[in-house]
Amino acid sequence: MNALELDGVSRDFGTPDRRVYRALDGVSLAVPSGAFVAIVGPSGCGKSTLLNVAAGLLSPSSGVVRVAGEPLDGLNRHATYMFQQDALLPWKTVRDNVALGLILGGVRRAAAHARADAWLTRVGLANFAAHYPAQLSGGMRKRVAMAQNWMLDRGMVLMDEPFSALDIHTRQRMETELLSLWEGRSPESLDRKTVVFVTHDLEEAIALADEVVILSAGPAARVVAQHHVALDRPRDLMELRTASAFVDLYRTIWAVLREEVIKSHRAAEGRRA
Amino acid sequence: MPEPDPSATPSGAIVLASQLALGIALLALWQTLVSVQVLDPFFVSRPSDIGARIVRWITSGTLWGHLAVTLEESLLGLVAGAALGVSLGFLLARSPFLAQVLDPYIKMLNAVPRVVLAPLFLLWFGLGIWSKVALAVTLVFFVMFFNTYQGVRDADPVLIDNVRMLGATERQLVRHVLVPSALTWIFSSLQTSLGFAMVGAVVGEYLGATRGLGYVISQAEGTFDTTGVFAGMTVLGIVVVIVSAGVTRLERWLLHWKQ
Repeated sequence: MNALELDGVSRDFGTPDRRVYRALDGVSLAVPSGAFVAIVGPSGCGKSTLLNVAAGLLSPSSGVVRVAGEPLDGLNRHATYMFQQDALLPWKTVRDNVALGLILGGVRRAAAHARADAWLTRVGLANFAAHYPAQLSGGMRKRVAMAQNWMLDRGMVLMDEPFSALDIHTRQRMETELLSLWEGRSPESLDRKTVVFVTHDLEEAIALADEVVILSAGPAARVVAQHHVALDRPRDLMELRTASAFVDLYRTIWAVLREEVIKSHRAAEGRRA
Repeated sequence: MPEPDPSATPSGAIVLASQLALGIALLALWQTLVSVQVLDPFFVSRPSDIGARIVRWITSGTLWGHLAVTLEESLLGLVAGAALGVSLGFLLARSPFLAQVLDPYIKMLNAVPRVVLAPLFLLWFGLGIWSKVALAVTLVFFVMFFNTYQGVRDADPVLIDNVRMLGATERQLVRHVLVPSALTWIFSSLQTSLGFAMVGAVVGEYLGATRGLGYVISQAEGTFDTTGVFAGMTVLGIVVVIVSAGVTRLERWLLHWKQ
């Protein structure tokens, strides 16, 4: 079954000069349950809009979003969302931040804290439970956010360029941790979560995902191609990027994405002129 | 985050010593200028007289009653002004329609000089503490109102989206995101609010009262007793420094997560 379906989804925004900006134009997409799908496209192509529509934070101007077969109305309660920016509450400790989803759902504080602590141990931050987000590094804050999202019993995680603000080494460590969470080397996640991962980095997309979806340059972004990534799991991200299967796949998909990136550059120059 | 260079921030002891040295130097200069008759003590008094006057107030016990009244008025004004300002700030931040309707009225009221209101409050609330509390409220209210309004409106939309995605109801959103976000603004304006509360109380006393520091100052002025005026101002200044040191500690404790 498909965890998430977008059927001819368009989304318009009003611009300050009273015109209509069409961010998405008839996007159709099916994400099977338990799959890891990456959405790639040039900057400003509406990737985040797509994710916000899937989350229910934005409603489509036309078209239908289905979650687990049901048309989505309001927020997507089957999903959590990991944002590009820091989304931890600065006035709550790391432990309280991780436990927040459970506490909002009515779990008693002590029980929520116990589970949060177990998850902090898993992401290697057991000693930082009583710290505040401002006291952590960017990579540590991302790990807290991962624990916060992963701990909730939701089938889907939407991720909007979650690691783009990190330096390259921290970023690779985070990718490895994300895969180990998703590939379920832990008792709690026997069922794999469905992951929709937005990025502008094709390398990251191929390294992590089962399917790579290419969006066209904006405005009016569409799906231009979808590629299956037939790489074995579990994947060793340190070695993967130089493997010949990876390089071949990269070349094939880049040939498509390249066109869109060039178009978006041209559009940007056109706006500047 | 980069650590600040320790050599760039002088230690507390050096700052305190310099502060004391500066104060003593200014007082010494004042005292000297009066004793060599450059300045006339009738107009500016002299530090030794002012000090002696304060000591006499303390030993005779007259100071404490006046000080207590001023502090009581300030505190009541602070609490009432904060309660009103925070509630209205929250209400308007959550209701853009109401905010637009009330906007010109709030601006008009805020533009009224408070000294103009003091005689009215005397008329309405009498010579006792309540006319001073009312004056303090009109000052504190706007600081608290604007900070709360801004704090709620400025709550990071990403935090709001994240908490909503984690399953927050509207009430939980208010409790976990909007209130703490507003509190950071409110706490950081405590210093200003407290100062305003004291200004309200003292100005109120000055214009018509039977007790309080403002009353002491105005009595002294009425008899051209400059020593009494300066002594009253000095006591007021010292109290503000002590109280604001307390508020700074309170603020640091309340906003300890900010680093």
